[in-house]
Amino acid sequence: MNCIIIDDELTARTIINKLSSNVPDINVVEEFPNAIQAIKYLNQNTVDLIFLDIHMPDFTGFDFIQTLKNPPKIILTTSDANFAIQAFEYDCIVDYLVKPITQERFNKALDKAKSATFTSKATTNPTEEDSGVNDLYVNIDRRLIKIDIPSIYLVEAKGDYIHIKTETKNYTVHSTLKKIHDKLPDSLFLKIHRSYIINVDKIIDIEDNSVLIKKDVIPVSRSNRPELMKRLNLL
Amino acid sequence: MEQPNLSYINTLSGGNKEFEAQLLDVVKNEFPTEKETYYKNLNNKNYKLAAENVHKLKHKISILGLSKSYDIAINYENNLLDNNTDLKEEFDNILTVITNYLNKL
Repeated sequence: MNCIIIDDELTARTIINKLSSNVPDINVVEEFPNAIQAIKYLNQNTVDLIFLDIHMPDFTGFDFIQTLKNPPKIILTTSDANFAIQAFEYDCIVDYLVKPITQERFNKALDKAKSATFTSKATTNPTEEDSGVNDLYVNIDRRLIKIDIPSIYLVEAKGDYIHIKTETKNYTVHSTLKKIHDKLPDSLFLKIHRSYIINVDKIIDIEDNSVLIKKDVIPVSRSNRPELMKRLNLL
Repeated sequence: MEQPNLSYINTLSGGNKEFEAQLLDVVKNEFPTEKETYYKNLNNKNYKLAAENVHKLKHKISILGLSKSYDIAINYENNLLDNNTDLKEEFDNILTVITNYLNKL
């Protein structure tokens, strides 16, 4: 069983590697300190199993799963037991390991992974249908420029153009908000105003009828506010 | 004050001293950076980021067998998420104990 490890903490990756080395039919083929690198790898390669940390900066384990069109079996590894209920909303997640992981518990999770069968079509978030595409190509000055979708934090409509703001660069493209909205995964992006689509993961805070995202304060229309509130993990 | 131990690491290694040394090297390398990032975020009052740092540090606390400290870290992480620094002193003491322990290894 070929597997990869995704965890921003080297200590955790070292431990999972060691636990895997004690199991004969598990082969750790790669390990990644973040989800983005793993997505790039999985665009070119297939694996049977992923050990996935939930709590990673910028792009959580759940965000990662939602980018996968045909996810393999996934064992979540986390220091936080509070996500267990959310974890089992995904058919591809076969077990949930709370750190520190013991060999006994690890072996049990692998037994579950070996015996688990599911159809990959049913493995994405049951409430959403994701494109599985991680890049978006936009036409600027007759060149097709590739934009990494998870890095987009804001799209603003301005007349016949849209401004796409990413972590590293901004782009102005002749298009409509509707067209780009159709290309972005619902799991990450939400239209909060007739002129704005935001990446929900990039929200810093919400106050009254506005959202702070990076350094931009974006209005939230009354009609879009309930959907935004539904998407938040409110305490 | 609860003291760190290598019980988990020893069990995990199954007596493999090379692995124990490798893992402790990783912990010794990662811990100071994580600690520094935590203090930086805390001093800048970036409590949500500091909570993320505490979350990461929790794993190290647990693998060093500090079960009571782990519980403190859980509560402190939750406090920080509420922009509340209660348990800061207790958590800082845990970090000091780990720092001293790792320095002696």
